[in-house]
Amino acid sequence: MTHAAKLPTAHADAAGNSSAAAVLTVENVSKHFGGLAALDQVSLAVNAGEIFGLIGPNGAGKTTLFNVITALYVPDSGCVRLRAQMLTGCKPHDVVQHGLARTFQNIRLFANMTALENVMVGRHVRTKAGVLGAILRDHTTQAEEQAMTHRAQELLDYVGIGRHTHQLARNMAYGDQRRLEIARALATDPVVLALDEPAAGMNPSETESLMTLLTRLRSDGTTILLIEHDMRLVMGLCDRMAVLDYGKKIAQGTPAVVRRDARVIEAYLGGGFV
Amino acid sequence: MDIFLQQIVNGLVLGSIYALIALGYTMVYGILELINFAHGEVTMIGGMVCIAILQALLPAGSVPLLVALALGVGGAILVCMLLGLAIERVAYRPLRRAPRLTALITAIGVSIVLQNTAMLIWGKQYVSFPDVIEIKRYEFVGAHITNLQITIVLLALLLMLALLVLVYRTRLGRAMRATAQSPDLAALMGVNPNSVIAATFIIGAALAAVAGIMVSAYYGLAHYYMGFLLGLKAFSAAVLGGIGNVAGAMLGGILLGLVESLGAGYIGPLTGGFLGSNYQDVFAFFVLILVLVFRPSGLLGERVGERA
Amino acid sequence: MTPSWRRRWQHLKHDRRTVIATWLVMGIVLALLPFVTGDLLGRSWVRIIDFALLYIMLALGLNIVVGYAGLLDLGYIAFYAVGAYLYALLASPQFGMHWPVWAILPMGATVAAGFGVLLGAPTLKLRGDYLAIVTLGFGEIVRIFLTNLNTPINITNGPQGISLIDPVSIGGFSLGETQSFLGITLPSTYAYYYLFLALSLAIVFISIRLQDSRIGRAWVAIREDEVAAAAMGINTRNVKLLAFAMGASFAGVSGGLFAGFQGFISPESFTLFESVIVLCMIVLGGMGNIAGVVLGALLITIFPEALRYLGDLQQLSFGRVLVDPNDLRLLVFGLALVIVMLFRPAGLLPSVRRRREFSADESVLSQEQASLYDTRR
Repeated sequence: MTHAAKLPTAHADAAGNSSAAAVLTVENVSKHFGGLAALDQVSLAVNAGEIFGLIGPNGAGKTTLFNVITALYVPDSGCVRLRAQMLTGCKPHDVVQHGLARTFQNIRLFANMTALENVMVGRHVRTKAGVLGAILRDHTTQAEEQAMTHRAQELLDYVGIGRHTHQLARNMAYGDQRRLEIARALATDPVVLALDEPAAGMNPSETESLMTLLTRLRSDGTTILLIEHDMRLVMGLCDRMAVLDYGKKIAQGTPAVVRRDARVIEAYLGGGFV
Repeated sequence: MDIFLQQIVNGLVLGSIYALIALGYTMVYGILELINFAHGEVTMIGGMVCIAILQALLPAGSVPLLVALALGVGGAILVCMLLGLAIERVAYRPLRRAPRLTALITAIGVSIVLQNTAMLIWGKQYVSFPDVIEIKRYEFVGAHITNLQITIVLLALLLMLALLVLVYRTRLGRAMRATAQSPDLAALMGVNPNSVIAATFIIGAALAAVAGIMVSAYYGLAHYYMGFLLGLKAFSAAVLGGIGNVAGAMLGGILLGLVESLGAGYIGPLTGGFLGSNYQDVFAFFVLILVLVFRPSGLLGERVGERA
Repeated sequence: MTPSWRRRWQHLKHDRRTVIATWLVMGIVLALLPFVTGDLLGRSWVRIIDFALLYIMLALGLNIVVGYAGLLDLGYIAFYAVGAYLYALLASPQFGMHWPVWAILPMGATVAAGFGVLLGAPTLKLRGDYLAIVTLGFGEIVRIFLTNLNTPINITNGPQGISLIDPVSIGGFSLGETQSFLGITLPSTYAYYYLFLALSLAIVFISIRLQDSRIGRAWVAIREDEVAAAAMGINTRNVKLLAFAMGASFAGVSGGLFAGFQGFISPESFTLFESVIVLCMIVLGGMGNIAGVVLGALLITIFPEALRYLGDLQQLSFGRVLVDPNDLRLLVFGLALVIVMLFRPAGLLPSVRRRREFSADESVLSQEQASLYDTRR
């Protein structure tokens, strides 16, 4: 598969650090659970318009970092910033309000709602009809409802599951459920989209379609932070990546740089393989 | 100072009883994550059955006191164990995969059924505990203690010790702890979850029966409605100590008893006469709300987070 | 394959003429109900219908909390009590105040909603069963305070309650007396019927509107998966508080009406079992489904009256009453709760959504998430 043209990153050095505007910065984040250091002074910066990969062996702390970024966990030290807005200390729903949306490793859809309804819930944070509006159904509320439905359908089409509009989320095929989760996250109009293993459990052709979708998202301006284990996807798609192992960041850079890093190889394969 | 020691004594007695009942709640919650609403009613039935047996055996005069007591206590414990088993089997087991709300509502339903069945059997009036216990009073540094109070506290302590031995030193106890931590893993290790759950209910019910007998003996009467308040307070105690934690239930029970007793004793002077000791029952609820709001894991429980 | 009668029903539901005809018939039935009932069954039955309407309002309020938002509130009756006592304090000899109903009812709604927020703010973050117990405790605390706030200052008149409460009076006409209207004599219970009916319909209307709205969807989302809902930007605490406050306000209004209607209230009317009975109505009738909730409320209000005939039957057959049917009432409720939960947990008239939720076994997601021995869901 040919890679879609990547957005040029200004002044990228060998380590892949760039002085282009960093839209999401993680600064020295640490998180302990009891005696276990799940995250240890992790820092990284995701630039606008890029796809940034986060990889590492199981248990390295990737999802924990996600949870810290999305304010599901409070870090013991360090902070997370979205542009100038401090995310640490916010509630999870505020994080979404500021422009960062996520998907989950174990797909957390609203099982008994239809695909359309799932995505419409994603629009909640960008709309404001309240109780009075609900009861009176005045013009503003009705217009807002219509806009929500319209946009939700648009997003379903965009991710490729437009024909499943009224199907219950729990009855959808696995690959479609993953797409639905992405559509729902997109409904919040995010600046940064954080995807937790979006390709998990997918076969090669589903993974190809996912890569196409993500590439399209990037060219449409969405910044993506991605946890993945599928190396083909990660190496083929990401502009830059960071590697976590036992809670520490052990490498960062372009895919080409990272795949040759001795520490990364050792982390995945154990010593003696270089 | 003079009422302080007295209230401590009263509190310890009350607390011991709460602890016994709380154990049933905490063990069931530890394994099933279900609040067994019916537990309070099982306690009440324990007391009622014991009284019924005593009332049947004693007037004839042919049965010696100790035998009658043994039969009464034994009978009550047996009935309650069977009851606990039946409740689990009929009402809770079919709902293990159901949404939590369903199981909770069922538990409430069972509680109502038990309470009203007791009302139909034993009537709405107070039922007196037969006057068989000779109360001896002792004086201790200005406080009155009766032999009954001492018996209750000692017996409760004994039972709690026995339970701790069971939970931490026997095969069954190990199985119970394993199932509470991870039912799937335990099952994979050869533990039969149904047996463990049944055992949990039976043990809890037995303890509740003893507690029910203690309450009726202590206050001299039983009533079909007494399980409700007792159950609620005992549950508060379990939460206070850390729900799911056996030692926590014991600690929580004793603490709640003390808080309630001291509170009832001092609330008058503390609020300048505005609130009287008739607000005693409110203490348990306040404790419950405070604990759940500020420290939901309780005193001895582990802090539980949510993994995404 | 949907059965043919269901397809026909769906078709009928949308056929314009059928819909209009149905509304017309229902309208006429509801308008004439008190007169027909009064003549056929006796005036006391109209009073029973009035109580049924009050319970319908209560049940619909609790439906928002339990049915829509999925929050188990076992102390709901406390809000009813707040509304009732507020009315009693402002329109009776207790303080010598006699405010009009149109001033008290909105106050009742607001104060009850305030209590709802007060209770909910620290507790709504708790998990389902904990929330249930805490709300239960709250309900009991309110009742205990109501029973004891007669010393040192007599506010609630303690266990004796407050009597001689002013009846509701609209436009100068007191609903407590028989009025004459356009030549028709309107006994007190009939007049209350129309008042309660109007308010019930309003609450039904509000419930329907809330269901298909942004807020309604947010409630369903929270019920389905609270973490995911928060991760999608929903302020779960505020949205839950909203449900609590709305439900409480409905209870506050119906509580005030209750006080005016009955003329007398005491803490006895606001026990835990009243909360449970309202819960029963929703559970039995069909959680989340307005028609189901109404049905549940009607069944449970009418049922004890039907039981009374059982008492008469015993009198006839055995010469005396063996079992006071009133005592059976709660026992039967308890059994009904257990049986319904075991065999038809979605209720008699389940809402489509709830039926899905309760039959989750077939779903792909739940099969993947279910474990050998699923105790947590």
